[in-house]
Amino acid sequence: MIRDITLGQYYPIGSPIHRLDPRTKLAGTLIFIIALFVAKGLWAYIIATIFLGAVIRVSKVPLSYMVRGLKSIVILLLFSVVFNIFFIRDGVVLVQIGFITITAGGLIQAAYMAVRLIYLIIGSTLMTLTTTPNDLTDGLEKSLGFMKKIHVPVHEIAMMMSIALRFIPILIEETDKIMKAQMARGADFESGNLIQKAKAMVPLLVPLFISAFRRASDLAMAMEARCYHGGDGRTKMKPLRYQKNDKIAYGILLFFLVLMILLRLVG
Amino acid sequence: MSIRLEKIDYIYEPDTAFPVHATDHVSLTIHDGEFIGLIGHTGSGKSTLIQHLNGLIRPTSGKIYYNDKDIYGDGFSMKELRSKVGLVFQYPEHQLFESDILSDVCFGPKNLGLPKEEVERRAKHALALVGMDESFYGLSPFELSGGQKRRVAIAGVLAMEPEVLILDEPTAGLDPKGRDEILNQVKKLHEENQMTIILVSHSMEDVARFASRLIVMDHGKVQFDGTPTEVFRHYKELETMGLAAPQVTYLMHALKEKGWDVNLDAITVSQAKEEILRVIKKK
Ligand SMILES: Nc1ncnc2c1ncn2[C@@H]1O[C@H](COP(=O)(O)OP(=O)(O)O)[C@@H](O)[C@H]1O
Ligand SMILES: [Mg+2]
Repeated sequence: MIRDITLGQYYPIGSPIHRLDPRTKLAGTLIFIIALFVAKGLWAYIIATIFLGAVIRVSKVPLSYMVRGLKSIVILLLFSVVFNIFFIRDGVVLVQIGFITITAGGLIQAAYMAVRLIYLIIGSTLMTLTTTPNDLTDGLEKSLGFMKKIHVPVHEIAMMMSIALRFIPILIEETDKIMKAQMARGADFESGNLIQKAKAMVPLLVPLFISAFRRASDLAMAMEARCYHGGDGRTKMKPLRYQKNDKIAYGILLFFLVLMILLRLVG
Repeated sequence: MSIRLEKIDYIYEPDTAFPVHATDHVSLTIHDGEFIGLIGHTGSGKSTLIQHLNGLIRPTSGKIYYNDKDIYGDGFSMKELRSKVGLVFQYPEHQLFESDILSDVCFGPKNLGLPKEEVERRAKHALALVGMDESFYGLSPFELSGGQKRRVAIAGVLAMEPEVLILDEPTAGLDPKGRDEILNQVKKLHEENQMTIILVSHSMEDVARFASRLIVMDHGKVQFDGTPTEVFRHYKELETMGLAAPQVTYLMHALKEKGWDVNLDAITVSQAKEEILRVIKKK
């Protein structure tokens, strides 16, 4: 159910990917996404698949864990596939009924599009699964540090992002609890028409919002009690430093990106 | 009336690297009119177990019978089960959502599809049972103290007029006064309304005072099931499970070691007092 949303959840297990510098993983995700958009032709997709498969393997996160996260984008996926099948007219016409035309080119494009979306989600899920929220903030903050010069509050933004990410699983758990508590009082979240369903959400949403505010204010209090005052003059207990593995990772990533670009130019 | 559990197994997150075996082959029968204390260390599977009793979670394997009917069998009404077996979650005040107390307590009976007058009658009756009079009806839940909020939430379940009332750590986070108020009201419900009660707790002192049967859980398994006196005889084993027998159990054992001829089965302070006085008089 709603527990299937895996984005923003950390999967605590030791692996070479987990130990990489968060900046490497952020850059890696970005490079992977760029590569996906550069990708063209069957070979490019095969290489991307091998690359992603290898990274997942090394990360030791079970594939099923990531596939579950995909369930939440099934609708988006279907939509884009259908859109591609019906509206791209390219190549041999396979089916023609009235105004519906399905072409071979359309089918291939649709398949590529679906793969691209799936890989995109898996790639970014993999990053959050292997990086603790704390590391993620540190990484973001340091990577975007140059923007401080133009008065972008990088530290604050990074902090807010990591808190938001951290709150996703907490709120999911909370939703589950409140739903059960209301079901114990006879609430029914499943049957009825759209309006009845929307009305049935009130006993869930009100306590959920109250609880989110309560948690937020508790957190703010706890941060203040430990003298948190934003990013100025703040030093790190464990400053980020690139290791040998990071250099290797960057090497592999660049090689992968160049390969994808070359395949596009050639193909 | 009875609830019977047969080999209930429940596994959280079964297809991940960290499946949690929360209940492990639990078999139990809960009879009419019992006052059961369900105790166990945090994470021993108490909350998981009780959610099976009104069909909120479905066991990975095992069967649940309510009055000898399989609750996952054909034609079994889950709605009716939930109205007969009332479950009050831990921190139930977090589920309050209406702008005034009376409406919130009406939520349960309203879901049962009762006529409006009956809904209100039940809600008012339930509020009276937890000791909240008319002056509270129009207040917002936010205007109440922690203990009062919790009593309103308990009334929310009582308004469905269940035959079995399950309370998951109803005293967690309350001060001693709030705790005693809640426990005494639960006791009253049991004595005056003949309700079957299951009280989940990790405080031995709380349950020892009221329960006539104790079920001790550890690592998802039922370790002991019997009267408080029987269970507390195993006080050494209870300690290895991160639990402790009531303080007086230790006192009585210490006295015995010093050569006092006390009966070790005293479990409440007043029983201990009687017992010690008896021995002193004999001396
Ligand atoms: N929603 C959940 N998802 C995953 N694991 C859970 C969930 N709820 C409880 N658990 C785990 O199941 C075990 C039993 O928990 P619980 O029934 O809440 O115990 P208790 O109420 O005795 O403290 C614990 O190890 C707990 O971490
Ligand atoms: Mg619990």
